[in-house]
Amino acid sequence: MTSTALHDLGVAQLATELRERRVSAVEAAQHFLTRAKAHQNLGAFVALNEEATLTQAQAADARIAAGTAGTLEGVPIAHKDIFVTRSFPSTAGSKMLAGYQSPFDATVVTKLADAGAVTLGKLNCDEFAMGSANENSAVAPVGFDAPAPVRNPWDTHRIPGGSSGGSAVAVAARLAPAVTGTDTGGSIRQPASFCGITGIKPTYGRASRYGMIAFASSLDQAGPMARSAEDCALLLSAMCGPDPDRDSTSLDVPAENFSAKLNDSIEGLRIGIPAEFFGEGLAPDVRAAVDAALKEYEKLGAQLVPISLPRTELSIPVYYIIAPAEASSNLSRFDGVKFGHRAKNYTDLVDMYKKTRAEGFGDEVKRRIMIGTYVLSHGYYDAYYLQAQKIRRMIADDFQNAFKHCDLIAGPVAPTVAWKLGEHGNDPLADYLADIFTLPASLAGLPGMSVPAGFGESGMPVGLQLIGNYFHEARLLNAAHRLQQATDFHLRQPGGL
Amino acid sequence: MALTPQDIARIANLARLELTPSESERMLTQLNGFFGIVEKMRAVDTSGLTPLAHPVAAIQDVTLRLREDVASEPNQREANQQSAPAVERGLFLVPKVIE
Repeated sequence: MTSTALHDLGVAQLATELRERRVSAVEAAQHFLTRAKAHQNLGAFVALNEEATLTQAQAADARIAAGTAGTLEGVPIAHKDIFVTRSFPSTAGSKMLAGYQSPFDATVVTKLADAGAVTLGKLNCDEFAMGSANENSAVAPVGFDAPAPVRNPWDTHRIPGGSSGGSAVAVAARLAPAVTGTDTGGSIRQPASFCGITGIKPTYGRASRYGMIAFASSLDQAGPMARSAEDCALLLSAMCGPDPDRDSTSLDVPAENFSAKLNDSIEGLRIGIPAEFFGEGLAPDVRAAVDAALKEYEKLGAQLVPISLPRTELSIPVYYIIAPAEASSNLSRFDGVKFGHRAKNYTDLVDMYKKTRAEGFGDEVKRRIMIGTYVLSHGYYDAYYLQAQKIRRMIADDFQNAFKHCDLIAGPVAPTVAWKLGEHGNDPLADYLADIFTLPASLAGLPGMSVPAGFGESGMPVGLQLIGNYFHEARLLNAAHRLQQATDFHLRQPGGL
Repeated sequence: MALTPQDIARIANLARLELTPSESERMLTQLNGFFGIVEKMRAVDTSGLTPLAHPVAAIQDVTLRLREDVASEPNQREANQQSAPAVERGLFLVPKVIE
């Protein structure tokens, strides 16, 4: 095996090469570290620590030699910089946490390390995961002195999507075989779609939120991003499981082997097609790719069933009330006292808080804190936050009604392909409205994924969104895997790499 | 119902955010634009519905657990304070609050 081919291997293949000792974990780590630096112009990584990575790789090689290898032993992965890590700084893409050293690892980080994965570094993201284009990061990527855009490898003048933009780019550009991401309102699915890779957000509560820097606690979920559903299944199996002492919202649902049912037949599978996902807001190029993928499903024996998710459009205001409300509460911890940035000049304690937060937070974070503070304030709570939580129940009930008629739901991930850097300029609403198709499943806490479905305008990737009922991750991955057995969109790669 | 500059000042104070005059002006325009799309939500009849906090509660009872009230973590004061802006003798320092 020549090392030049290492980055073309998926997780499953690379794990086999490592276990059978045709390549060592140290060689694999070195190969990907070299690649990360060679393509640092993409802005995907915000932190590397070669010494820490190679130490982990040596330990993996020792376990392989001793015959105690885990399922992901020696496989290099990278984490979205929302997960705290002891060996790398943890910034959440914010000036507020520049250089922050966590005294502990997130549960997801620990679980993947327990399965043998080696950490390559930390990946760029929107500040506190707030954004749909990764244009809100305030941290300089590796190789840069100042914040710089994360670039979509399919067209470096376009955004990669967000908030897990660095994660999607690292996989699409073959800088890592797989990575972690987080999804609050679409932050795994949308960048996966825009970069032509596969990503899954499990049911809310299946993966521990311990050590995931909190944005909106009733929505945040961790998940893997990789080239294929098969690779996502391997990582997701290691990431999920109850964390009863450390995350009070973690569900008492045992870990599961999500690879077990990948090859099951999907003959007779009923796929619900929500009319509201195919309205006039959907770009024709995206629609054509999604329609073609659905035709492919019919060829595989699945049956398309028309369904309705009548409150799809309402999910935008509902989400953008609930998420900022929870964010304004979570981000109150950044006060310049226990960790992070503190302003240099101030008159008293309150002035210190105000100046620290003014300097430490970027524009989008400030906007959401303001919205959240307002909707939770006296006299407005019932009209906004409580009303949004009630409509959230209606949205969740709509899905349960739909699942009476289908086994999973399919549609577009986003209304368009990735847009140009700076195109949405100073109009945050444009980004919010583009989240329309990912928000409903987020509000309902359902598992959702993005699967490469073809290419649209300017050769940019298009993702197919699959949404399952609670705890039906295995069924989603099975359906995605069968599509990937019949198509090769997930194997295509951008040129120039 | 549009927000006024006074509302922005009040909310910024509650949020402990210092905004420059130009930031306040931009915030006012953007928040009013945002609350324009929220109006549709306010008109929905939700009488008799219970708010949904943990999404999985849509299909099953979800009770938030309490753990035993026992010390489970070792003392890591130094590690926990290594990223603090100002520390002295193991204590976090803040500007004087009591004369």
